[in-house]
Amino acid sequence: MSLSTFRFGDGNPQYDAQGRLRHLLNTEGLREPEMLQILDTAESFLSIAQRSVKKTPTLRGKTIVNLFFENSTRTRSTFELAAKRLSADVLNIAVSTSSASKGESLIDTVDNLMAMQVDGFVIRHPEAGAAHLIARHLGDSALVINAGDGQHAHPTQALLDVFTIRRLAGPIEDRVVAIVGDVLHSRVARSQIHALSILGCPEIRVIGPQTLVPKELSALGVHVYHDLQAGLRGVDVICALRLQKERMESHRLPSLDEFHRRFGLTLERLQWAQPDALVLHPGPMNRGVEIASEVADGHQAVILQQVAHGLAVRMAVLTLLAGAAGGGENHA
Amino acid sequence: MNADWDVTTLLEGMVRDLRPRVDPEQTAMIGIFTGGVWIAQALHRALGLKTALGQLDISFYRDDFSQIGLHPQVRASDIPFAVDGRSIILVDDVLYTGRTIRAAMNEIFDYGRPASILLAVLVDRGGHEVPVAADIAALRLNAAAGGQIKLRGPDPLRLELLTSPRTAS
Repeated sequence: MSLSTFRFGDGNPQYDAQGRLRHLLNTEGLREPEMLQILDTAESFLSIAQRSVKKTPTLRGKTIVNLFFENSTRTRSTFELAAKRLSADVLNIAVSTSSASKGESLIDTVDNLMAMQVDGFVIRHPEAGAAHLIARHLGDSALVINAGDGQHAHPTQALLDVFTIRRLAGPIEDRVVAIVGDVLHSRVARSQIHALSILGCPEIRVIGPQTLVPKELSALGVHVYHDLQAGLRGVDVICALRLQKERMESHRLPSLDEFHRRFGLTLERLQWAQPDALVLHPGPMNRGVEIASEVADGHQAVILQQVAHGLAVRMAVLTLLAGAAGGGENHA
Repeated sequence: MNADWDVTTLLEGMVRDLRPRVDPEQTAMIGIFTGGVWIAQALHRALGLKTALGQLDISFYRDDFSQIGLHPQVRASDIPFAVDGRSIILVDDVLYTGRTIRAAMNEIFDYGRPASILLAVLVDRGGHEVPVAADIAALRLNAAAGGQIKLRGPDPLRLELLTSPRTAS
């Protein structure tokens, strides 16, 4: 497609024809103004947790469905709390109790919920592209937020991570960020890389064993390291990834112990990075595998702040998307 | 076209009206973004209030949120004092429909239960759509519907009129 014929919305179902953000499916293809607006709005929501009434009337009368086909504690509960703090009604549907287990198709499930006049879906699904499929099916009739699809994307996690870096480590334009661990299977890593590069991060590194780091990453301008010491040198922010134990059956790693010996974050190894480098982890952690307990509980870890930030960022995303549904100009 | 009103003179009038109604040790003040904060900063200084100035961005409380969506630049509301039992002066630049004030009061009550709220505005331009009235207004107008009155600032503060309203009094 040539630039002159490009319209927002073409090939990017996150945006409508007027260039408004209607769905959040991926940090890839998200424009910087909307990303900054989400981060700035999240700053405002952060302080609401300190009030005696931790709610705003913003989404009063709206119904948001949490449609989770995969287990989740943090993401599902922060999305639920985010919607509730915005005064929306929330419907939680988990796969084990739904008719999906009786063979109903994803689209049928969504259509049935739409018949109940709901306004938005937060969806987690083991298949990459599930949220895209629903967004294309629904168009402008409801908002869709991808809460993790297969190994593809997890945009709100990436947004809360860049929000955390921006608040606690300073401007992303001059921070060196390393993503450590099982990058190959990680939707978090993919979304982080896109978010960081859109915000102008000058150096993004990935560190992990050759079997768990896709070679194509260097084509995206990402610096690939297979040695933790070399990779951490001069780094301001370390994003640890959860080692997906369930992926290990593919024999990409000899053992968890072996992984910890080479790539586990310990207090001694943190010395290789900048003094007081931040340590992020999306949770749930495998203590003693990708991260040692002294690091997870140490002063450089900001893992619990990430959870609090996740709530504010998800409130901001819901607000921005719900506001666009009314025809509002939501871009700067 | 610009009006002849001098904002400095109008502010002096507001300070005069407010002074007998405030206790500089106890009374708190909250300005509504953006113009209301500019006015509140000037009043707060002139009245010598001891409690730090509060600022409200009512974007999340607007009653037309589902029609117009999110303001592109939301600033964080910041009320740096305990609201419970406090006498508060709420400050805005222009009082028009009254909906902003309603939203601001809803937000203030989410912080706590104030003893009282007094509304002080630079201009009450009429056209209220909800029963909200200013306790103190430097200027009361009867502006034509659709006319625009805007405070430009922060330095210098200038009141701009885009129609020619009749002074009510």
